[in-house]
Amino acid sequence: MKFAIQINEGPYTHEATDSAYHFAKAAIDNGHEVMRVFFYHDGVNNGTRLTTPPQDDRHIVNRWVDLAKEHELDLVLCVAAAQRRGIADADESQRNGKDADNIQEGFRISGLGQLIEAGILADRLVVFGD
Amino acid sequence: MSEGTVKQFLYVNRKAPHGTVYALESLEVVLIGAAFEQDVRLAFMDDGVFQIMKGQDTTGIGTKNFAPTYNALGDYDINKIYVEKESLEERGLTEDDIMALTYEDEDDDWAEKSSINIISRAEMADLFDSSDVMFNF
Repeated sequence: MKFAIQINEGPYTHEATDSAYHFAKAAIDNGHEVMRVFFYHDGVNNGTRLTTPPQDDRHIVNRWVDLAKEHELDLVLCVAAAQRRGIADADESQRNGKDADNIQEGFRISGLGQLIEAGILADRLVVFGD
Repeated sequence: MSEGTVKQFLYVNRKAPHGTVYALESLEVVLIGAAFEQDVRLAFMDDGVFQIMKGQDTTGIGTKNFAPTYNALGDYDINKIYVEKESLEERGLTEDDIMALTYEDEDDDWAEKSSINIISRAEMADLFDSSDVMFNF
Protein backbone atom coordinates (compact mmCIF):
# COMPACT_ATOMS: atom_id res chain seq x y z
CA MET A 1 0.00 0.00 0.00
CA LYS A 2 1.10 3.54 -0.70
CA PHE A 3 0.97 5.75 2.40
CA ALA A 4 1.28 9.50 2.83
CA ILE A 5 1.87 10.87 6.32
CA GLN A 6 0.91 14.24 7.73
CA ILE A 7 2.47 15.45 11.00
CA ASN A 8 0.85 18.35 12.80
CA GLU A 9 2.91 18.67 15.98
CA GLY A 10 6.48 19.65 16.73
CA PRO A 11 9.06 17.38 18.33
CA TYR A 12 9.25 16.41 22.03
CA THR A 13 6.15 18.25 23.34
CA HIS A 14 3.80 15.76 21.71
CA GLU A 15 4.36 12.12 20.86
CA ALA A 16 2.78 12.63 17.42
CA THR A 17 6.01 12.77 15.45
CA ASP A 18 7.40 9.75 17.35
CA SER A 19 4.26 7.79 16.52
CA ALA A 20 4.49 8.88 12.90
CA TYR A 21 8.13 7.78 12.74
CA HIS A 22 7.34 4.36 14.19
CA PHE A 23 4.38 4.02 11.83
CA ALA A 24 6.50 4.94 8.80
CA LYS A 25 9.24 2.53 9.82
CA ALA A 26 6.79 -0.30 10.44
CA ALA A 27 5.03 0.35 7.14
CA ILE A 28 8.32 0.27 5.21
CA ASP A 29 9.55 -2.80 7.10
CA ASN A 30 6.34 -4.56 6.08
CA GLY A 31 6.82 -3.82 2.40
CA HIS A 32 4.65 -0.73 2.06
CA GLU A 33 5.62 2.54 0.46
CA VAL A 34 5.68 5.93 2.21
CA MET A 35 5.45 8.36 -0.68
CA ARG A 36 5.63 11.59 1.34
CA VAL A 37 5.83 12.90 4.89
CA PHE A 38 4.25 16.34 5.07
CA PHE A 39 4.88 18.55 8.11
CA TYR A 40 2.17 21.08 8.88
CA HIS A 41 1.20 23.41 11.76
CA ASP A 42 3.91 23.12 14.49
CA GLY A 43 5.08 19.98 12.69
CA VAL A 44 7.46 22.16 10.68
CA ASN A 45 9.62 22.39 13.83
CA ASN A 46 10.68 18.81 13.13
CA GLY A 47 12.84 20.17 10.32
CA THR A 48 15.34 22.50 12.00
CA ARG A 49 18.97 21.43 12.14
CA LEU A 50 19.48 23.53 15.30
CA THR A 51 17.65 20.92 17.36
CA THR A 52 19.96 19.73 20.16
CA PRO A 53 18.36 17.20 22.51
CA PRO A 54 20.28 15.76 25.47
CA GLN A 55 22.62 12.97 24.39
CA ASP A 56 20.63 10.28 26.18
CA ASP A 57 17.44 11.17 24.30
CA ARG A 58 16.34 10.32 20.77
CA HIS A 59 17.23 12.87 18.07
CA ILE A 60 13.90 13.24 16.35
CA VAL A 61 15.15 15.42 13.49
CA ASN A 62 18.15 13.28 12.60
CA ARG A 63 16.07 10.14 12.94
CA TRP A 64 13.75 11.35 10.18
CA VAL A 65 16.72 12.23 7.99
CA ASP A 66 18.31 8.80 8.49
CA LEU A 67 15.06 7.04 7.64
CA ALA A 68 14.62 9.29 4.60
CA LYS A 69 18.15 8.59 3.38
CA GLU A 70 17.72 4.89 3.75
CA HIS A 71 14.38 4.72 1.98
CA GLU A 72 14.37 7.86 -0.20
CA LEU A 73 11.51 9.48 1.72
CA ASP A 74 10.22 12.88 0.65
CA LEU A 75 10.21 15.06 3.79
CA VAL A 76 8.26 18.27 3.07
CA LEU A 77 7.78 21.28 5.33
CA CYS A 78 4.80 23.50 4.50
CA VAL A 79 6.13 26.89 3.40
CA ALA A 80 3.31 28.96 4.92
CA ALA A 81 3.52 27.17 8.26
CA ALA A 82 7.34 27.33 8.19
CA GLN A 83 7.41 31.08 7.52
CA ARG A 84 5.14 31.73 10.50
CA ARG A 85 7.37 29.66 12.76
CA GLY A 86 10.80 30.77 11.62
CA ILE A 87 11.87 27.70 9.68
CA ALA A 88 13.69 28.66 6.48
CA ASP A 89 16.01 27.29 3.83
CA ALA A 90 18.60 29.50 2.11
CA ASP A 91 16.20 30.63 -0.63
CA GLU A 92 13.36 31.46 1.77
CA SER A 93 15.74 33.24 4.10
CA GLN A 94 17.12 35.40 1.32
CA ARG A 95 13.70 36.08 -0.17
CA ASN A 96 12.41 37.33 3.17
CA GLY A 97 15.53 39.32 4.02
CA LYS A 98 16.62 37.13 6.95
CA ASP A 99 20.19 36.68 8.16
CA ALA A 100 20.12 32.91 8.59
CA ASP A 101 18.46 29.66 7.62
CA ASN A 102 17.92 26.61 9.77
CA ILE A 103 16.43 23.81 7.69
CA GLN A 104 17.97 20.38 8.17
CA GLU A 105 19.40 18.86 5.00
CA GLY A 106 17.09 16.07 3.90
CA PHE A 107 13.96 18.16 4.35
CA ARG A 108 12.58 20.49 1.71
CA ILE A 109 10.18 23.43 1.90
CA SER A 110 7.21 23.44 -0.45
CA GLY A 111 3.56 24.39 -0.68
CA LEU A 112 0.32 22.95 0.61
CA GLY A 113 -0.31 21.60 -2.88
CA GLN A 114 2.12 18.83 -1.95
CA LEU A 115 -0.25 17.76 0.83
CA ILE A 116 -3.28 17.74 -1.45
CA GLU A 117 -1.32 15.85 -4.10
CA ALA A 118 -0.27 13.30 -1.48
CA GLY A 119 -3.94 12.83 -0.59
CA ILE A 120 -4.74 12.21 -4.24
CA LEU A 121 -1.84 9.89 -5.04
CA ALA A 122 -1.62 7.83 -1.84
CA ASP A 123 -3.91 4.94 -0.97
CA ARG A 124 -4.10 6.26 2.59
CA LEU A 125 -3.24 9.60 4.16
CA VAL A 126 -2.45 9.05 7.84
CA VAL A 127 -2.48 12.10 10.10
CA PHE A 128 -0.57 12.40 13.39
CA GLY A 129 -1.23 15.10 15.96
CA ASP A 130 -4.16 17.42 16.65
CA MET B 1 1.01 14.06 -11.76
CA SER B 2 -2.58 13.84 -10.55
CA GLU B 3 -4.58 14.34 -13.74
CA GLY B 4 -7.79 12.43 -13.94
CA THR B 5 -8.06 11.27 -10.35
CA VAL B 6 -10.98 12.84 -8.51
CA LYS B 7 -11.37 11.89 -4.88
CA GLN B 8 -13.90 12.86 -2.24
CA PHE B 9 -12.02 15.25 0.03
CA LEU B 10 -13.56 16.06 3.40
CA TYR B 11 -12.19 18.78 5.64
CA VAL B 12 -13.43 18.29 9.19
CA ASN B 13 -13.23 21.41 11.34
CA ARG B 14 -13.66 20.64 15.02
CA LYS B 15 -11.89 23.40 16.90
CA ALA B 16 -12.88 26.93 17.89
CA PRO B 17 -11.66 29.59 15.44
CA HIS B 18 -9.43 31.37 17.92
CA GLY B 19 -7.20 30.10 20.71
CA THR B 20 -5.26 27.83 18.35
CA VAL B 21 -4.08 28.23 14.75
CA TYR B 22 -5.78 25.09 13.45
CA ALA B 23 -8.89 26.75 11.98
CA LEU B 24 -6.86 29.33 10.07
CA GLU B 25 -4.37 26.80 8.76
CA SER B 26 -7.22 24.47 7.80
CA LEU B 27 -8.75 27.23 5.72
CA GLU B 28 -5.40 27.74 3.99
CA VAL B 29 -5.32 24.07 2.98
CA VAL B 30 -8.89 24.30 1.70
CA LEU B 31 -8.12 27.33 -0.46
CA ILE B 32 -4.93 25.85 -1.92
CA GLY B 33 -6.64 22.50 -2.41
CA ALA B 34 -9.41 24.13 -4.43
CA ALA B 35 -6.99 24.37 -7.37
CA PHE B 36 -6.77 20.57 -7.62
CA GLU B 37 -10.29 20.03 -8.97
CA GLN B 38 -11.26 17.40 -6.44
CA ASP B 39 -14.71 16.84 -4.95
CA VAL B 40 -14.43 18.97 -1.81
CA ARG B 41 -16.73 19.03 1.20
CA LEU B 42 -16.30 20.97 4.42
CA ALA B 43 -17.72 19.83 7.73
CA PHE B 44 -18.07 21.89 10.88
CA MET B 45 -18.73 20.05 14.13
CA ASP B 46 -17.94 20.24 17.85
CA ASP B 47 -16.43 23.68 18.64
CA GLY B 48 -15.69 23.96 14.91
CA VAL B 49 -19.19 25.37 14.40
CA PHE B 50 -17.93 28.58 16.03
CA GLN B 51 -15.60 29.08 13.03
CA ILE B 52 -18.48 30.20 10.85
CA MET B 53 -20.41 32.24 13.43
CA LYS B 54 -21.71 35.60 12.32
CA GLY B 55 -20.23 38.82 13.65
CA GLN B 56 -16.80 37.63 14.76
CA ASP B 57 -14.59 40.43 16.07
CA THR B 58 -11.01 39.71 17.10
CA THR B 59 -10.10 43.28 18.02
CA GLY B 60 -9.90 42.41 21.70
CA ILE B 61 -7.42 39.57 21.25
CA GLY B 62 -5.32 41.23 18.54
CA THR B 63 -5.38 38.29 16.14
CA LYS B 64 -6.36 38.17 12.50
CA ASN B 65 -10.10 37.91 11.87
CA PHE B 66 -10.15 35.45 9.00
CA ALA B 67 -13.89 34.70 9.18
CA PRO B 68 -14.72 36.90 6.13
CA THR B 69 -12.57 34.52 4.05
CA TYR B 70 -15.25 31.84 4.41
CA ASN B 71 -17.46 34.05 2.22
CA ALA B 72 -15.00 33.50 -0.64
CA LEU B 73 -15.38 29.71 -0.60
CA GLY B 74 -18.23 29.89 -3.11
CA ASP B 75 -15.93 31.62 -5.60
CA TYR B 76 -13.53 28.68 -5.24
CA ASP B 77 -16.33 26.25 -6.19
CA ILE B 78 -16.49 25.01 -2.63
CA ASN B 79 -20.20 24.90 -1.96
CA LYS B 80 -20.82 21.72 -0.03
CA ILE B 81 -20.63 22.79 3.59
CA TYR B 82 -22.05 20.56 6.29
CA VAL B 83 -22.78 21.74 9.81
CA GLU B 84 -23.68 19.25 12.52
CA LYS B 85 -27.07 19.98 14.08
CA GLU B 86 -26.24 18.47 17.47
CA SER B 87 -23.04 20.52 17.74
CA LEU B 88 -25.06 23.70 17.19
CA GLU B 89 -27.73 22.69 19.71
CA GLU B 90 -25.21 21.67 22.37
CA ARG B 91 -23.77 25.18 22.15
CA GLY B 92 -27.10 26.99 22.17
CA LEU B 93 -26.73 27.98 18.52
CA THR B 94 -29.11 27.81 15.58
CA GLU B 95 -28.67 28.16 11.82
CA ASP B 96 -29.43 31.88 12.27
CA ASP B 97 -26.17 32.27 14.21
CA ILE B 98 -23.94 31.03 11.41
CA MET B 99 -22.77 32.89 8.34
CA ALA B 100 -25.03 32.67 5.27
CA LEU B 101 -22.39 31.17 2.97
CA THR B 102 -23.53 31.04 -0.64
CA TYR B 103 -22.37 30.21 -4.16
CA GLU B 104 -23.55 31.06 -7.66
CA ASP B 105 -24.90 28.01 -9.49
CA GLU B 106 -23.52 28.08 -13.04
CA ASP B 107 -26.03 25.39 -14.06
CA ASP B 108 -28.94 27.57 -12.95
CA ASP B 109 -28.23 30.96 -14.55
CA TRP B 110 -25.80 31.82 -11.72
CA ALA B 111 -28.57 31.88 -9.15
CA GLU B 112 -27.24 32.51 -5.64
CA LYS B 113 -27.76 29.43 -3.46
CA SER B 114 -26.89 28.45 0.08
CA SER B 115 -23.80 26.32 0.58
CA ILE B 116 -24.87 25.38 4.10
CA ASN B 117 -26.38 21.99 4.88
CA ILE B 118 -27.41 21.28 8.45
CA ILE B 119 -27.07 17.55 9.03
CA SER B 120 -27.47 15.18 11.96
CA ARG B 121 -24.65 13.38 13.75
CA ALA B 122 -25.70 10.16 12.02
CA GLU B 123 -25.56 11.84 8.63
CA MET B 124 -22.13 13.22 9.52
CA ALA B 125 -20.99 9.64 10.07
CA ASP B 126 -22.23 8.75 6.59
CA LEU B 127 -20.33 11.73 5.19
CA PHE B 128 -17.12 10.46 6.82
CA ASP B 129 -17.82 7.02 5.45
CA SER B 130 -18.21 8.28 1.88
CA SER B 131 -14.95 10.25 1.88
CA ASP B 132 -11.67 9.11 0.33
CA VAL B 133 -9.40 11.65 2.02
CA MET B 134 -10.14 13.30 5.36
CA PHE B 135 -8.32 16.24 6.83
CA ASN B 136 -9.19 16.66 10.46
CA PHE B 137 -8.39 20.06 11.91
